[in-house]
Amino acid sequence: MSTRTSISAAILASAVATAVSSLAIAAPLTEAQVKAAMDAGKEKCFGVALKGQNDCKAGPGTTCQATSTVDYQGNAWKFVDGGTCTTMDLPDGRKGSPEPLSRDLPS
Amino acid sequence: MAKLAIHADRGASEDFRFPAHAIDGLAGTSFKHQHITSILEDQAAERGFFEVHAENYMGEGGPPHAALARIRADYPVSLHGVCMSIGGPQPLDKAHLGRFARLIERYEPALVSEHLAWSTHETTYYNDLLPLPYTEATLQRVADHIDEVQETIGRPILIENPSTYLLFRESTMSETAFIRELVGRTGCGLLLDVNNVFVSATNHGFSALDYLADYPLEHVCEIHLAGHTEQEDDEGDLLLIDSHDGPVADAVWTLFDIVIGRCGPLPTLIEWDSAIPDWPVLKAEAIAAQAILDRHAGALLRGKSHARG
Amino acid sequence: MRAARDALCATADDLGYPERLVPALLDPGRATPTVVAGPMGKAADKRFDIYRNNVTVSLIDALAAAFPATMRITGETFFRAMARFYVRETPPTSPLLFEYGRDLPAFIERYEYAQSMPWLADVARIERAWLDAYHAADAPVLSPHALTSFPADALADTVFETHPSAHVVRSAYPAVTIFSVNRDSGPVGRIEAREPESALITRPALDVEVRRLPPGADVFLGNLLSAEPLGSAAAAASAHCPEFDLATAIAVMLEAGAFAAVR
Repeated sequence: MSTRTSISAAILASAVATAVSSLAIAAPLTEAQVKAAMDAGKEKCFGVALKGQNDCKAGPGTTCQATSTVDYQGNAWKFVDGGTCTTMDLPDGRKGSPEPLSRDLPS
Repeated sequence: MAKLAIHADRGASEDFRFPAHAIDGLAGTSFKHQHITSILEDQAAERGFFEVHAENYMGEGGPPHAALARIRADYPVSLHGVCMSIGGPQPLDKAHLGRFARLIERYEPALVSEHLAWSTHETTYYNDLLPLPYTEATLQRVADHIDEVQETIGRPILIENPSTYLLFRESTMSETAFIRELVGRTGCGLLLDVNNVFVSATNHGFSALDYLADYPLEHVCEIHLAGHTEQEDDEGDLLLIDSHDGPVADAVWTLFDIVIGRCGPLPTLIEWDSAIPDWPVLKAEAIAAQAILDRHAGALLRGKSHARG
Repeated sequence: MRAARDALCATADDLGYPERLVPALLDPGRATPTVVAGPMGKAADKRFDIYRNNVTVSLIDALAAAFPATMRITGETFFRAMARFYVRETPPTSPLLFEYGRDLPAFIERYEYAQSMPWLADVARIERAWLDAYHAADAPVLSPHALTSFPADALADTVFETHPSAHVVRSAYPAVTIFSVNRDSGPVGRIEAREPESALITRPALDVEVRRLPPGADVFLGNLLSAEPLGSAAAAASAHCPEFDLATAIAVMLEAGAFAAVR
């Protein structure tokens, strides 16, 4: 850790109080109240929670079967298409460009 | 029929997390999380069981355990291991075996099974059920592995016959002889995958009925049924792929009927693992299996009352 | 001499079948191993290819399932080609597939054809953390009340116990925005975000939640997650980022359920 500004106890206590009151929760709390308050608080400012994915995209599962999909290997550079990356602006103002590189596969 | 399933007659003094649902004579399906709402709303699904791949529940917590615990409360569950690599020569992964044992303790499954195959070599996991040669050396090694699993989990395990696409030149015994010897040496039970018998018979040009005639049917405690797809071998002949991505083939239903006629109504699972349909389509396959099981159960009862009368 | 040695090695040879198969399983350039055959003198090339195909396709499928937003950004063909290189370079070492792909973000960072998408690795990092949170141990989250019960002069020394599902992913790109629009199946419009965004990934109950962190909160939470006391974590964040707002950061971490306990 580089520069250390120390934070006073009063500032810490005030920040905690502000944070907790911003969650609109009155003590004492039951577990259910905590849950409800959290659910309610999700839509606020930075707290926009992304629910992520549905069950079908819950990550990989095991297989005990063979696949009927055939893997066709090709040159990777030919495959740079079909994605959503063209819609992206880079922070430095460059375009996210998925143009194929004019080199061949690494051997 | 060998009695390896956990039944409702377990001691009342012991503390169990879940009710003991009997699995005898029931048809079940693979449990897919996207079906859970439909299953819980489906009155017709009251009779049946579900099978899960053990490894998908080896995380610490989260939705997978919540879903399995919910299903296990209402239904018997079969725990099907996919990655133990029992058929490999190297020692079993003790950490994996420990996870498997803890899962059995946690969910009290009615049936526990694994594959006659390997998937890990050295430290690499290949995520496929790879074949092994059938020799005295592999027989002893696989029997040792089954012993180790059964000692660790404190109950017998069912071993499933594989679908295979090729043979080892060094094999000195048939798959059925190999499996019969495994049962004799370890006391394990068997999970007979009827689709795998049909797939391997087609791929290797033998008769599925001959295989079943030579297979120790008296040790079977569970049946698997699944769909397969068709490809071609180097000679342009039919090569079947055990793809679990469609309905059970007519020829496999016929073989299943024959097996149940000989063995009586065994717990029977419909496996459907890719291109997974909506719940009613999967359930319809289980209903078809249940009809065959019930028909033979009825015949068995009639036969018994006839013998008594 | 040779025969005697062969006899001694017979048992080892009988159990050497994995060594004879695995080199060709992940390398399509290698010939079909000679220990296998088709029935009745048939060839085994297409037959062996089924196993070869199963291994590669199932592992690529596993990565596609774990990194859906990454795949949506690149397109499926690009992703599967990239994943195939990764699978062959870094096959899994655990039989638990949800553990696979931990090095994929680092692989993406140096993957030649992904250089035009420098944010892609960070999106993959968020997805990897998402999957870890999904499978993490279940635990109750810290009640806000637990924090207000400390006297003011004890707050600086409080240390938080991380919730098992909590992860922070820091990015120099708008990784959270890019992740969120691509994780859904809805249409992706032009993304105008340019500011760096760091993500907080948690699973307070059954749903995994991903939040964009306010400025400086990544440093603050990163310190708390590595068991730094509240006072020094807040000081470090303030020093690092002038816009850092302590009250907002504390509200976000409580709301998200990033911690399980405080002491």
